[in-house]
Amino acid sequence: MSDAHVALKGVTRVYQRAGQEPLEALGPIDLDLSAGEFFAVVGPSGCGKSTLLDVIAGLSQASAGTVSIEGKPVRGVVPESVGVVFQDDASFPWLTVEDNIAFGLNRQGMDAAETNRRVAQALALMGLNDFARAYPAQLSGGMRQRVCIARTLVLQPRLILLDEPFGALDQQTRLLMGDELLNLWRKTGATILLITHALDEAAMLSDRVGVMSARPGRFLEIVETGWPRGRDSTIVASPDFGRVTGRLWSLLRAESLKAMQYQTGAARP
Amino acid sequence: MKLATKLRVAVLMGAVGLVETLCQTGAIARFTMIPPSEMASSLWRLLYAGKLQTDMTRTLLAVCAALTAAIVVGFVAGAVVHAIPRVRRTIDPLLSAYYSVPVFVFYPMFIVLFGLNDIPKIIIGFLYAVAAMTINTLNGLDRVAPVLLKTARVFRMGRAATGFRVVLPAAAPYLFTGVKLAVAYSFIGVVGSEFILSSGGLGYQIGFAYHNFDNRTMYALILFILGLVMIVNMSLHAWEKMLMARRGYQ
Ligand SMILES: Nc1ncnc2c1ncn2[C@@H]1O[C@H](COP(=O)(O)OP(=O)(O)OP(=O)(O)O)[C@@H](O)[C@H]1O
Ligand SMILES: [Mg+2]
Repeated sequence: MSDAHVALKGVTRVYQRAGQEPLEALGPIDLDLSAGEFFAVVGPSGCGKSTLLDVIAGLSQASAGTVSIEGKPVRGVVPESVGVVFQDDASFPWLTVEDNIAFGLNRQGMDAAETNRRVAQALALMGLNDFARAYPAQLSGGMRQRVCIARTLVLQPRLILLDEPFGALDQQTRLLMGDELLNLWRKTGATILLITHALDEAAMLSDRVGVMSARPGRFLEIVETGWPRGRDSTIVASPDFGRVTGRLWSLLRAESLKAMQYQTGAARP
Repeated sequence: MKLATKLRVAVLMGAVGLVETLCQTGAIARFTMIPPSEMASSLWRLLYAGKLQTDMTRTLLAVCAALTAAIVVGFVAGAVVHAIPRVRRTIDPLLSAYYSVPVFVFYPMFIVLFGLNDIPKIIIGFLYAVAAMTINTLNGLDRVAPVLLKTARVFRMGRAATGFRVVLPAAAPYLFTGVKLAVAYSFIGVVGSEFILSSGGLGYQIGFAYHNFDNRTMYALILFILGLVMIVNMSLHAWEKMLMARRGYQ
C-alpha cells in the first residue's frame, strides 16, 4: 500500500447499457496523488473526466482496479474527508443561499455558532455576501456554482474534487476565483483534483496536469508545471506558462480532433 | 391588477351581461334559463334560509374523503412504482390510458355492493382523482436531477434523509400539480355521482330541481357549485404562487 493520499490502480469504468453494447468510458488509469497536491485533469469532451471523479469519490464503482483514499479502499460510500463539486448545478432550489451552504454542516450536527461563522466566511470568500438570503432561482449559473463550492468548502474536506467548477464564469472571474482557490489550498493544505476544459486554468493552478486521451480516457502524459507553492494568476505572464500550455495543447490537439469526429459520427473508435 | 386579469374579468362580465340581456329580452325562454341576476338572488335566498347547509356539508365531506384517499394512495403508489422499474414498465401504458375509461359506468356496481349511501360516490371521486396524483408523483420523482441524488450521497445521507430532505422538496412542485388536479377530479366524481343517483348532496339537489322543473333552484345551485370550485381553485393557485415565491420564482 502506497502512502499516497489518493491511489488508483488499473481503474476502468464500463457502463452497461440496456439493449446496447457496454460503453468503455474510462481507463485503465494508474494515478497517485500525494497529500496537499493540486492536480488538474484536462481532456477532450466526453473522454470520461466526470466518470473518473465519480469513481474516485465512490459514487460509481470501478469496473476493474482499485481506488483508495488515505490508504482505505473506496467502495460505494463517499469517505467523510471528501468534498465534491459537480459539473451540473447541484444547489437546492428550495433553500436560500446560506441554508444551502450550511446544509452539510447541519447534517453533521455542527453547533449553530460555528456553522454561522463558517457560512459567513464562505459567503465572503465566494462574493455572495449580498445574496445570503436569495434563492438559487434568483442567481446566475456562475453564482449557483459558487454556492455549491461554498457548500463543499465549509466542511473543510481533506480531498476536494472539482468538476469544471468555473465553467459558467467569465474569464476574469475565473482568474480571480482561481486565485481564491489557490489561497484556500495553501491555507487548508487540502489535496485538490480539478477537472477543467480550460488549459490555461489547468496550467496556472496545478502542480501537475493529467492529460487524458479520447474515450476511454487514459492519461497520455502527466505534465509537471514546477510552480512554487506561493503562485497566483500573475504567473500567466511568465514564459514558463507558455511552455506548459503549449505542451498541453500539443498533447490534446490530436485527441480533441478524434473526440470531435466520434461525436459528429465521422469515425468510430 | 395586471392587464391579463383585467381582460379576464372584462370577458367574464361581458359574457354574464350578454346572457342577462338575452334572458331579459326573452331571446332565451324562461323555462330554458333564468337571468343570472335571478340565479344570484335565488341562491342568496337559499343560503339565507340555510337550506344548502346539509347538502353542502355532505358533498364537501365526500369530496374531502375521496381527495384525502386519492392523495395518500396516489402518492404511495407513485413512489412504489417509481422504485421498481419492472412494475413501472407494466403500469405506464395502463396509467396513460386510464382517463379513457368512463369511471361512472362502475357506479351502479358500487351501489349494489355498498348500498345507496355516500361510499359509492366517494369511491368514484377517488377513482377519478387517484390516477392524476399517481402520474404527477411519478413525473415529479422522474425529474429529481441525478446530481441532487449524488449530492445526497456525498453528504452520506441515508434513504430516509435523502427522501425527506432532497427528493420530496425537489419533486414538490409536481406533487402540488397532482394535488390540484385531484381536487378538481374528486369534485367531478362526487357531484357527478350525486347527480346520477344518490340520497343527498349538491349534485342530488340539482338533479331533483331539474326533474321538478324548478329552474330557480337548479340554476342557483349550479351557480353555487361554480363559485365554490372557483374559490377552491383560486386559493390553490394563490398557495402555489406563494410556495414558488418562497423559492425565489416570480
Ligand atoms: N451513466 C452513464 N451511462 C452510460 N454512459 C455514460 C454514463 N455516464 C457517462 N456516460 C458516457 O461515458 C462517456 C464519458 O462521460 P463523462 O461524463 O465522464 O465525460 P466527460 O469527460 O466528463 O465529458 P464532458 O467534457 O462533456 O464533461 C460519455 O461517452 C458518456 O456519454
Ligand atoms: Mg464531465
